[in-house]
Amino acid sequence: MSNWIEASTTEGVNNEDVLRFDYGGKTFAIFRSPDDKFYATDGLCTHEKVHLCDGLVMGHIIECPKHNGRFDYTTGNAQGAPCILNLRTYAVKIESHKVLINLE
Amino acid sequence: MKHVIIIGGGMAAARACINLRSHDFQGEITLISEEQHLPYDRPPLSKASLIAEDEPQPIWLLEPDIVKSLQVDAHLGVAVCKIDRIAKQVILADDSELPYGKLLIATGAKPRSLGPHVLTLRDYRDALELRKRFKLGQKIVIVGGGFIGLELASSASKLGCKVTVIEAQQRILLRGVPERIAKIIHDRHVGAGVELLLSTVIETITANAVKLQDGREIEADTIIAGIGASPEVRLAQEAGLVIDNGIACNEYMQTSDPDIYAAGDCCSFIHTQFDGRRVRLEAWRSAQEQSATAIANMLGETKAHSAVPWFWSDQYELGLQITGFADMGPVTVERHLSEQALILFHLAADGRVLGASGIGPGNSIARDIKLAEMIIAKSLKPSMQALADPSVPLKSFLRG
Repeated sequence: MSNWIEASTTEGVNNEDVLRFDYGGKTFAIFRSPDDKFYATDGLCTHEKVHLCDGLVMGHIIECPKHNGRFDYTTGNAQGAPCILNLRTYAVKIESHKVLINLE
Repeated sequence: MKHVIIIGGGMAAARACINLRSHDFQGEITLISEEQHLPYDRPPLSKASLIAEDEPQPIWLLEPDIVKSLQVDAHLGVAVCKIDRIAKQVILADDSELPYGKLLIATGAKPRSLGPHVLTLRDYRDALELRKRFKLGQKIVIVGGGFIGLELASSASKLGCKVTVIEAQQRILLRGVPERIAKIIHDRHVGAGVELLLSTVIETITANAVKLQDGREIEADTIIAGIGASPEVRLAQEAGLVIDNGIACNEYMQTSDPDIYAAGDCCSFIHTQFDGRRVRLEAWRSAQEQSATAIANMLGETKAHSAVPWFWSDQYELGLQITGFADMGPVTVERHLSEQALILFHLAADGRVLGASGIGPGNSIARDIKLAEMIIAKSLKPSMQALADPSVPLKSFLRG
């Protein structure tokens, strides 16, 4: 079942950057890639549950601010030490300048 | 080469096992550690492991099923007695002899001791012992105002202990942390009720008191030393390897014996990124990176170690991160991210960034420190005015 939630406006996320979005007691990370596409993942690093929104986005990679664990935010795949578990990703669509994520 | 032996049970040893297999090494891997446990993460031992309500379990760097899948033969709770370089074998305490093609020494560093009445923190068992003692109202005296001492002071203070830190130097964190940032940490400890005694020399230590040279006596239920660590070089030294502030490695993490490599706190090496300076780093991420360099070269690559050092310390709500070398640059540029978050850039006379130190609540300085690390790695010379201006994104220096 779809459950599309507005997470931000498109202007709310800078190019090649990340925004924190809290909803329903959970926290998510909304990404805008250098080629201007939007993505969403769980907001906490799978290593020690740190907010990824304080981390650095370079290309399609988000690096955790705490221990430098890396994820490809377009797939959620962990990119090596110290992260082993992948990040959960969520479908994203844009409707009239709004970034909607599917929290099914 | 058929057999790689790894001596040690910390981060460098764990990463070596993973890196050997990810390079498609098909031979045998033997890991020998004096500890009873498989390699686990040490940074939480001074922080989360002490504060957690429930007794913490080690956080494995190599889960038992990963050890199995990597086909690592782990000898735990066993000491290595000797490295026989002529026969190319290591001799264990139980007299068994294990031949090696290449050897990695990753024995770490051991805390300097202050005698029988003083605890130290090195392993999981030490953390469990401190947990028992960090109880409400307990008098905890910590000797040494370095990272371990101050992280322990922060944890003990959070748990309601009465904490005193004794430092012989005129300020805390004298080694490697700029005074401006050390002052912020100092004030935070004082604000939490920690008593910081600077320029203070200890006369004697008994089971329940520390007597100072000026005649004062500090009562203590527990006394802990955080006065630095010595690289664990005994095996290497007895085997005749060159020692220079740790097991001396070249830029390839190779010791004076071409079949023996070293990584982590136990060794020093030539850092090509910093004008060939010989460094020994006691840092979690650097142990991973040194291990990766050692394994790549062990397997036939020629890869000089160039990773820019980085480390962190968490105390109270403050996060400190330093990349590069804070003590190298004669010029300092301040960048204020907010009222609480500050970054100092350390520049060479020619404008090249050699280090950056940041402090702020939580992870507020993490992103800029990461970008600083990349600026250092590229030997860039950004304008001082732009570095100081938080409205100029550091990312802009890396483009083009």
